[in-house]
Amino acid sequence: MAAKEASIMEGPGAGEENLGVTNGKIGMWTFLVMDAMTFAGILAGYARIRWGSPADAPWPDPLDAFGVVGIQLTAFNTFVLICSSVFMVHVLAEQMRGNMEAAQKWLMATIFGGMIFLGIQAFEWTHLIIDKFGLVVLAGCNENFPATFYLLTGFHGLHVAVGVIYNTFLLVMMRRGKVTEEHTSTTEIAGLYWHFVDLVWILVFTFVYLIPVHPPGS
Amino acid sequence: MSEIKAKGYLSPLSEEAKTSKWAYIKEWLCSTDAKRIGVLYLAFATFMGIFGGVLSILIRIELAQHGTVLFEDPSTYNALPGLHATAMIFFFIIPAFTGVANFVVPIQIGAPDMAFPRLNLAAFWILPPAALTTFFGFFLNSLPEFGWTAYPPLSNNVYSNMIGADFWVLGLVLVGVSSTMAAINFLATIFNMRCKGMKMFQLPLFTWSLVVTSFLILAATPVLTSALLMLTFERMFPGAFHFFNPAGGGDPILYQHLFWFYSHPAVYIMILPGFGLISSVIQTFSRKHIFGYALMAWSMMAIAVLGFLVWAHHMYTTGIALEVRVGFMFLTMLIAVPTGIKIFSWLATMWGGSIKFDTPMLFALGFIAMFTIGGLSGVVLASVSVDIQLHDTYYVVAHIHYVLVAGSMMTIFAGVYYWYPKITGKMYNRFWGKVHFWITAIFLNVTFFLQHWMGVKGMPRRYYDYDPQFEWANAIASYGSYVLFIGQLIFVANLIWSWKNGEDAKANHWYGDGIHLEWFIPSPPDHHNFHEPPEWKPIVRHHEHPDQPAGLWHSYKD
Ligand SMILES: [Cu+2]
Repeated sequence: MAAKEASIMEGPGAGEENLGVTNGKIGMWTFLVMDAMTFAGILAGYARIRWGSPADAPWPDPLDAFGVVGIQLTAFNTFVLICSSVFMVHVLAEQMRGNMEAAQKWLMATIFGGMIFLGIQAFEWTHLIIDKFGLVVLAGCNENFPATFYLLTGFHGLHVAVGVIYNTFLLVMMRRGKVTEEHTSTTEIAGLYWHFVDLVWILVFTFVYLIPVHPPGS
Repeated sequence: MSEIKAKGYLSPLSEEAKTSKWAYIKEWLCSTDAKRIGVLYLAFATFMGIFGGVLSILIRIELAQHGTVLFEDPSTYNALPGLHATAMIFFFIIPAFTGVANFVVPIQIGAPDMAFPRLNLAAFWILPPAALTTFFGFFLNSLPEFGWTAYPPLSNNVYSNMIGADFWVLGLVLVGVSSTMAAINFLATIFNMRCKGMKMFQLPLFTWSLVVTSFLILAATPVLTSALLMLTFERMFPGAFHFFNPAGGGDPILYQHLFWFYSHPAVYIMILPGFGLISSVIQTFSRKHIFGYALMAWSMMAIAVLGFLVWAHHMYTTGIALEVRVGFMFLTMLIAVPTGIKIFSWLATMWGGSIKFDTPMLFALGFIAMFTIGGLSGVVLASVSVDIQLHDTYYVVAHIHYVLVAGSMMTIFAGVYYWYPKITGKMYNRFWGKVHFWITAIFLNVTFFLQHWMGVKGMPRRYYDYDPQFEWANAIASYGSYVLFIGQLIFVANLIWSWKNGEDAKANHWYGDGIHLEWFIPSPPDHHNFHEPPEWKPIVRHHEHPDQPAGLWHSYKD
């Protein structure tokens, strides 16, 4: 039952009584609980500010603020991140089959997806700061629209960047033969993080870009 | 250079460290052994506890008399209550429990070490820089004056435009990172590294309390971090971020929601390990199994869950809807139920036991008696109508000090005395231990009891000066606090002196009555705790079980 420890996860292994997973996986799961609560705090702040906007400074409609093209671009970005998450599943699948060559290729695709996401986000930020609301506001609207936007997407972008570095590290370990087909739990742990980043993005995207101020038909 | 003689985990590992003092110290500072890290935590907590104590003495000197006593400039005084709270909460109580737990938990579950030893060391080493950062304002003569709550707008860059405040916020974020790392480590260790026979519902209650506390830390601390992040952005870039500024469409009450979503559970982060620890102490010195073991574990979980649903009881005067306040009042009062279960189970454990009044037991008994006072004043404060009168008065100060001094601090003392023979392999001086207990027990009441009265009469907290009618009571509180502080120095001196000069401790030091695994290995334990993986003979908790007829004490080795 006690799963094997991956070579890079030093330290004592699981005991006689355990949950049937590696220590590292429990570590990642509990870390994600913490990380989820950080996002929950920021998202709760966003929700409170947005739906508590005073009447004289209403929340701008995302459609007006970003424009149709802006939302479409970010939707494409969401698609890229989901694809990257799917590639990560293939990494693990190929590793379990013992096909390390293919696993590395899928991992490269995963990393590439994360980089595209960051690139598009950097482009979007630059465009918004220079051409649109910058650090200021849409006239007459709640000044926290850009503030919460940059905080939420920036904090998430930071997570993507960490994930890209994490996955690159994993790729290097595979190349050097330190992570072999035996060490599926190492990949699984990295995958947990990557899927979590993806999941959080779906929430951020929905809150920030999709939920309209004026519901259709009103 | 003389050879360093020490037993067990205290003994030098490398050849170099055997003869060189510096190599030995360096080995300690870089050790990934949970026991050594635990001792480092305790040393750090002691230092910070004295620091926080000095701050509180400065506060009490200023308040000893009406008018100006010590500080010509009230703004210096204004910084002290917040910094005292920060030092005590984040750098004394929480690290002290983490230290005890680092030492005890891996042994209690029969593990050689924590799950992530290097993460453990890193978590500790974040603390000293975090403390330096938090209190860096002392070096710049720029201390934050917004109390430990840091409510905006008082804490924004307009009203608190001091660089020391930014350092303070950054320091708190670092402490949060450190305690989160420790919590992850405890959960992985306890869930996954138990020895044979150590099922979840065989865990000693101290270990159980660490499971619950770690979940509290994981779920609550990041919310404080998110609030502090928003506050920092607002302070750094006031033109762009207005999360808490109504002029920019923000909401100052939002900060209070986020802050108390952390800071109410934080009270349980600071008391649940104490609850677990007291359960060990009471069963050992009563020579009886803990009464209602399963309920004791479940009631800790109930406290943790309810603890997340009560935060707005700190915000009754902020203008939130009455229906909401009444809901929070109900949920807050509900916490008295699981807490009551624990108090009565401890009493039932002692009932009919053969009680021995050693210092750890004295602290446990003092804790039960006086924590109950803090619990009852908590129920008073939970009531909306009463709290509107008592909000931000000395009644709140009295309440929190009965909870944290008579609660957390006394349980820490109980734990340190209880495990001191195990940690050091020496016995502390019994006489001075008892002196320490009586000074603490008596003078904490001298210091804090009258503060209930001051609060009811309307003396506000955090103020530099007060109405002359409170002078006599404040004088008593101040003199009480001086003696209380000196009593703690006796404690520190006793521990340091006894480590060198104390008599050798036995393996199962407390009359052979310790039943958890740490009492079945030598004092002090060896590196990696056990020479071969231990096996836990499960405790059967049914009455009159053929293996353990009622009254027969559990024996580990058959
Ligand atoms: Cu509370």
